Amino acid sequence: MSQLLDWISQPWPWYVAGPLIAMVMFSMLFFGKSFGLSANLRTMCSILGAGKSCDFFDFNWRDQMWNLVFAAGLVLGGLISYLYLGYEPAANISETTITELKAFGIENPGENVVPTEIFNWENLLSVQGIIFMVLGGFLVGFGTRYAGGCTSGHAISGLSDLQPASLLAVVGFFIGGLVMTYFILPHLLVM
Amino acid sequence: MKFLRYLLIGTVFGITLAKAEVISWFRIYEMFKFQSFHMYGVIGSAIVVGIIVIQLIKRKKLKSIDGERIIIAPKQFSWSRYIIGGTIFGLGWAMTGACPGPMFILLGNGVGVILVVIASAVLGTYVYGKIRHKLPH
Repeated sequence: MSQLLDWISQPWPWYVAGPLIAMVMFSMLFFGKSFGLSANLRTMCSILGAGKSCDFFDFNWRDQMWNLVFAAGLVLGGLISYLYLGYEPAANISETTITELKAFGIENPGENVVPTEIFNWENLLSVQGIIFMVLGGFLVGFGTRYAGGCTSGHAISGLSDLQPASLLAVVGFFIGGLVMTYFILPHLLVM
Repeated sequence: MKFLRYLLIGTVFGITLAKAEVISWFRIYEMFKFQSFHMYGVIGSAIVVGIIVIQLIKRKKLKSIDGERIIIAPKQFSWSRYIIGGTIFGLGWAMTGACPGPMFILLGNGVGVILVVIASAVLGTYVYGKIRHKLPH
């Protein structure tokens, strides 16, 4: 048992994670549901009463409870890996990435799960913090609903089903991601 | 407790993305800079196995636990909706380093301030719902 625990406490390679993600998708389909997390954001709007002022949120959110429970499982999974599975915040990122981010003033690139000099409560009082956390989150929420899905819904579920719409969405994800990473982040990181 | 199954699947998903470093902001940055194969390996192998799984579902006409045929609803095709919406999402993804799944996992992983990102994402979804009639779809 402790050997098994040691084994799963190591970082997991991509060829373990990828097939497991596909199995997660299959499990959801097998239970008669779909695999996608962004719908939860819409459900949360509905729970908060947005249905009163906007028909887009006027649905019975209780029918979506299963997906909120699925999201709660994600929090739990994060917590379990944090508490019991050899939590190691560092990611084994490439030397090139480390050198590059150091040049942008990130002190220990990859050492934490997020760049802690940007993602912290105090930084919410700065323009940089507001851009990264508030604007960044807003774009994710707005964009994912506009595009009708996120990484799990489009990149995994949609592409696995060879849907042209999902391919287009993923192309969009990359246009946005590349523009941000190559042209905008260099300015935001050094703010 | 029919919800327990979703909690369990979610937990497996959460542990997987945490242990494979998919929730790392740095992994997303590295991916968009094409400086490592890791994220492409994760997403790529998920899709390859996913394609096989879905082909099996369709060809073997597999049924769900309730005995009904598993049907994956096709998404209606349009250019503007997916390119514009997708691009907006991509901008935010590269900034926060987190898409809607990892946001929740990061919360469990002790990154409390991610709550701000989640709250903003909910707000973003709300604003989309309010103005979607005016947007090209």
